[in-house]
This record gives sequence, structure tokens and C-alpha cells, in this order.
Amino acid sequence: MAEKIPIYYLGKKHLVPEGVTIMSAIEYSGHRLIRGCGCRGGFCGACATVYRVPGNHQIKVGLACQTRVEEGMDIAILPYYPAQKKISDFKPGDDPVPVLNKMYPEMFRCLGCGACTKICPQDLAVMDYIAEAQRGNLDAVAEMSFDCVMCGLCASRCLAQMVPYNIAMAARRFYAAVFLPRPDYVKGRIAEVKEGRYDKEIDSLVSRPKEELQKLYETRDIECI
Amino acid sequence: MPYPPHFDAALESVAATRNFRKGQEIKRLSDEERTALIADYHPDYRSEGMAPLALGANKGGRVPVELKKMLEAYSLFQPLNINLTEPDYTTDILVVGGGGAGCAAALTANDLGARVLMVTKLRLGDANTLMAEGGICSAVRPEDNPYMHYLDTIGGGHYTNIPELVKALVMDGPEIASWLMDMGVMFDYEEDGSLKVNHCGGHSRKRMLSCKDLTGLELMRVMRDELRDREIPYLEFTPVADLLLDEDGRCAGAVLYNMETGEFNIIKAKAVILASGGIGRLHIQGFPTTNHYGATADGLAVAYRAGAELIHMDSIQYHPTGTVWPEQLLGQLITEVMRGHGAHLVNVEGNRFINELECRDTCASACIRECTKNELGIKTPTGMEGVWLDTPLIPDIQKHFVGIYQRFKKYDIDIQHEPILVFPTQHYQNGGLAINPQAETSVKMLYAAGEVAGGIQGKNRLAGNSLLDIFVYGRRAARSAFEQLKSVETNGNLTAGHLLKWQESLQELGVPKEQQSPIFLPDYTPAGKG
Repeated sequence: MAEKIPIYYLGKKHLVPEGVTIMSAIEYSGHRLIRGCGCRGGFCGACATVYRVPGNHQIKVGLACQTRVEEGMDIAILPYYPAQKKISDFKPGDDPVPVLNKMYPEMFRCLGCGACTKICPQDLAVMDYIAEAQRGNLDAVAEMSFDCVMCGLCASRCLAQMVPYNIAMAARRFYAAVFLPRPDYVKGRIAEVKEGRYDKEIDSLVSRPKEELQKLYETRDIECI
Repeated sequence: MPYPPHFDAALESVAATRNFRKGQEIKRLSDEERTALIADYHPDYRSEGMAPLALGANKGGRVPVELKKMLEAYSLFQPLNINLTEPDYTTDILVVGGGGAGCAAALTANDLGARVLMVTKLRLGDANTLMAEGGICSAVRPEDNPYMHYLDTIGGGHYTNIPELVKALVMDGPEIASWLMDMGVMFDYEEDGSLKVNHCGGHSRKRMLSCKDLTGLELMRVMRDELRDREIPYLEFTPVADLLLDEDGRCAGAVLYNMETGEFNIIKAKAVILASGGIGRLHIQGFPTTNHYGATADGLAVAYRAGAELIHMDSIQYHPTGTVWPEQLLGQLITEVMRGHGAHLVNVEGNRFINELECRDTCASACIRECTKNELGIKTPTGMEGVWLDTPLIPDIQKHFVGIYQRFKKYDIDIQHEPILVFPTQHYQNGGLAINPQAETSVKMLYAAGEVAGGIQGKNRLAGNSLLDIFVYGRRAARSAFEQLKSVETNGNLTAGHLLKWQESLQELGVPKEQQSPIFLPDYTPAGKG
């Protein structure tokens, strides 16, 4: 059994095994989570956690399912943070800046303090992608914000009271729906399917006995890596 | 926690053979060899892991023992005591589950003009869909076609798939890809503007479309945003405790459970679409899982009590490459695309033991054989065992697999230079509720989509086919429910008669009162672990 170290969950002391994640430690302490826990794999952002460690004035953050406990850490999981989300409003031909301005005008009130970037548990350059959004550089916002799990921590810190992750969400969707290529072959394939181009071939497979299918399967040609 | 010194020798062997392995061809297994390997080593074939059901539509059918407990279980409330005359909610279509299949169903029903209410156990979108890394398969490229996609899927499923369901899957694939693009999903592209496609196990063509290694996250974010754009109502932390029928035996609502207040609420609906996901958090045969916190087979339990039939429920998918070290990441998924990009599976002596592009059940069985009979696994100081996934073979891995790279970096493991220790992890329930191509279950006005439905993937699912399946059948369920709504004039009174009967049968069988389901969440507290 690993060595036990003290942690404080919502101010209450618990002894937990060294090296485990914050989430495991909270459960080890007898708490059965309802909120503040989702995928348990670092994807969903349900377990955004703020904490302090002894002898350091700084507030620290992490996803509870991905962050290991430290001796004496004082922990709270942020179960929810109110956010404003505007209805997406863009179409081909639209200029990014006015679209984003209309949806989230507060974006232009960024004070450049960097609190959002500092707190992001995904290490995203939040303040910088907001700057790119102000310039209408959707591709840059999309790339820079791609790993966002929408945990809400940036919104909790923003002095301009914006919700950076929803601005990034709008920018990514706008970019993907309007500016990313749409290869002709996708449309072509959909038309082929609709016209029944594959019906006969596939129906012949649907009705085929296992032995014959097996032969076709075993001898099919496989594209190289 | 970097690799402890304990691993040094094994790390040296894997590095020493790396150059040689690059040029090494490993033949794919013949059908006979594959069948024998699976029969000898796949967990589904361990007889102590399965037991026959004592009642219900699949009486006598074998299911995992952990699931049997959920299926042969009492309701969480006393059916006699519940007041069904004044529903708390009414709607046209109730969608149960806020993952990919549920969102696809809700959006499609909303397109058609139906009144929809979605209920979900965790937050909207906190589901297995969001955790998918690799991508979604769709035969859109000129070099590919639905015929080959069909053949790969049914061969990969060992010819146990329901043919009509596979046909619908592969034929709807291109339209689904386009639907997602319209909604604003950021797929990966090559410089020439064509879609980036990846190879993965069991597919004969490169057909997996991706959004870096966070495909599910991107799909889920976009669908969730669209759902909010359209102001489709949803209730979070409110799973379904039971389904309700009307006097004609049609599904006509549900008993909801508010996990935060402990209240039960009644909802009356003209149709119910179950998209409640999988089973991983039951920890079948003690395996770790890649699944999210709420994957506890609720949908199977409530639908089975309502009379729905199951299919292939003796078939569970173990993903060959779940993380073994560091322990904090135990069971978490390492996408199959890594093998598609050339990462080898390697034993303690530095040797490969299987063609890495074999199907999941085959690769998983080979990994288990290596660590059991062959005694060539790599042992951890904590008593676990695994084989290497040799990631340094992948050029620019930190760019293509940024999520996984970062996750290991936090534990001082640099996957550019060091392999990942892996072992099979419970990933997917291959079986589920039996459906037809219209996503209808054997209970009228009850539809199923996504992981809770079975038959589409047969007894072994190919990578990238479940992200497709959830959208294909989520959309189909909504369309057929909407079509049928027109014929449901007014459904009669709600009844819980089927639950009373179920209760009596359980009592006759001597099932203890404490055996209740759904459990909604696993219990990882010391008290819950026992």
C-alpha cells in the first residue's frame, strides 16, 4: 500500500494514498460523486478543480481525473459555472469579425490580463486565441482552441466577463461549416447511393450464405498503409 | 511517474528490435487460426463469466454475470405506489441519453417538427461518444465504396451481424459525414483539400475520418452546441428508472429519477428512443474500462423489464490497447489509429506476435495469450501485466496524437521515445437491444440507437463503426418514431402492470429484494468496493 498523505477536500482533512488522482482520492475518502465527474478520462471537463498547496499563494487548477494529489492540497471541484451562449448565426460569405462581434461583443473588452491562459487545465493560450478572434482569424482560433474541454475555468476568471470557450466554439463551427473544403466526391457518393448505384451489389451480399461471404472477405484486396 | 527502473531491460529489448521490425511482415491469420485464438483467449469464452437468464424475452440466453444481476432485478420504486395519472412532463418523443445517438435523434426529430424532450444521466454530452479518439468510418473516397465497407464490417463481425442493419449502416455513411460537415465539425484534411483518412483494424480501405485524436470530443461539442442553438429541452442528472407502457402494450413514457433530489417523476410520451449507451462501468470480469462514469447498462435493464429482446448480449468488446502504466490511467484508451500508423505490439523479448491490423477481438486475444500462456508479458511493480505498443515508430506522434502525447507527458513518459504499456480493456458492448433497420425494438413505440442497440456490429465491432452507428441509428430512430407518431392517435392510460408482473416473477424465482436496477453509477468508495 502506498504511503498516505493528507489532503483537504472542501476544507476537511482526509488521508489518501500518495500518487492517486484527485478524483480517486475524493472517492477513497468516502464521497460518491454525482456532479463533478463525467468521462473520467480527461475529455469532458466535468471535473475542473481548483486547489492551493501549502506555502504557495497561487491558485492552481487541473482536471480531477487527470491530476495527482499533493501533500496538504486544499481542493474544490467546480461543478458548474454559469455561462452565456449565443445562438450561432453565420452563413457562407459572412465576414468573421462582424459575426463574432454580433454574437459576443464583450470579446473586444479583453483586458489582456492573461488569467484565462494561466488557469486553463489544457494549457491553451486562451488570451491569444481571443486576440485572433478579434482579428477574425478563424483558422487560428480553431487550431489554438481545439483541445478545449469547455470546463469553464477561463470563464470563471475573466475580468471582461466573457466566456472564452463559447467564443471559440462559435469560431470553430463557423470555420468548419463555411471555410473548410468540401470534396466533391462526398456529394458524388451520396448521389450514387441515392440513385441506387450500390443496391444490387450490396443486396447480393445481404442474401449470401456465410461460406461465400467468407471467401469474398478472405480474398478482398487491402489498401496499403 | 516515469517508467520505474524495473522496466529498463524490457525497454531496451523493444528499442533493440525496432529497426528490424520496421521491415518485418507478419502474415494475417487464416479464419481457422483466428477462430481458435479467440476461442482460447477471448474473455467472452471464459465459461465462469457467463450465465443464462432465468426470465424475460431471452430466457435461457447467456449474458455476463454482472449484467444478469442488472436484468434480473427489481425496480427502484414500488410499482403499486406510483401515481401515473398526473404526469410531470408530456412530450411527443422522449430521448433517453445525451450522447451522440441521443443528440442525433433529438436533432433529427426537431428537424421534422416533433416535440422532443431529452433526459440524460450526467451532463449533456458526458458520454462515450465524447471519449472516442480515432474517428468515424464512412466510405466516401473514390477508392472506397459501401460494398467494401459492408464486407469489412460483416467479416469483422464474424458474419453474425444482421445483414440489413449493416446495409443501412454503410449506405447512410456518406450522408452522415456530410450532415456533420454542415453542422460545423472540424474534420482533418490533406493539403490538397481531400479528407484525411486513416487505416484501422479490419478495414480494407482507409476510411476513418478524424478530428485529430479527439474526434468524439469535437463531434459532441458541435452537436451539443447545435442542440442548444435550437433550444431543444433537456434534463441533466435525470436518468430513466423504468419504462412505462400504455394499455395496448406500447411504450408510452418513463419513470425518471432525479439523482440530485432523489425524486421520481413521470413522463408521458408518444414514443421513446433509448440511446442510453453501454455497460463498461459494470466491470465485466473485473476488467478496467474505457467507458465514462455512467455506463451501467440502465437501458438494457429497463427495456428488458418492458419486454424488449436482446441480441448478442454474450459478446463484449475488449479494446486491445488500454493503458496499464501509469496506474492512474489504467484502462484508458489508446486509439487503434496508432496501430494504423505503424505502431507495433511487442512482447518482453522485443518481438511482435500478431499483425496489428487484425480485428480487435483477435489482437486482444493475442495480447492475453502473450501475457498468460506464453509468459512474455511485461510485469509492473503493482502486479499488473501488459505488452508494449511501440509508439516511437510513428513519425511526428506529438502532432498527430496530441491528446495522448500530453496525457503521458504529465507522467513523465515521452511516447516519442518510449513505448506505452497496454493490455485489453473493456470498451464496448457488441450486443444490445434487438432492432430492425428502422431502429424499432420488439416493444412498440420503443426505439433504440447507439451502443444500447445490438446486431449492427455482430460479435466484433470494427474501429470507427460505432461513431457512424450512433448517427445512422439515432437519425433513423427519430424518423421512424416521427412516422409512427402520426398513427398513434392518443395512447391510452399509462400502466406499470409489466413491472408488477416482473416483480412477481422475480419473487417466484427467489431473487433477493436488494437486487435492484438500474444502479446509475458505480460506487468507488471503500464502502462500495466492499
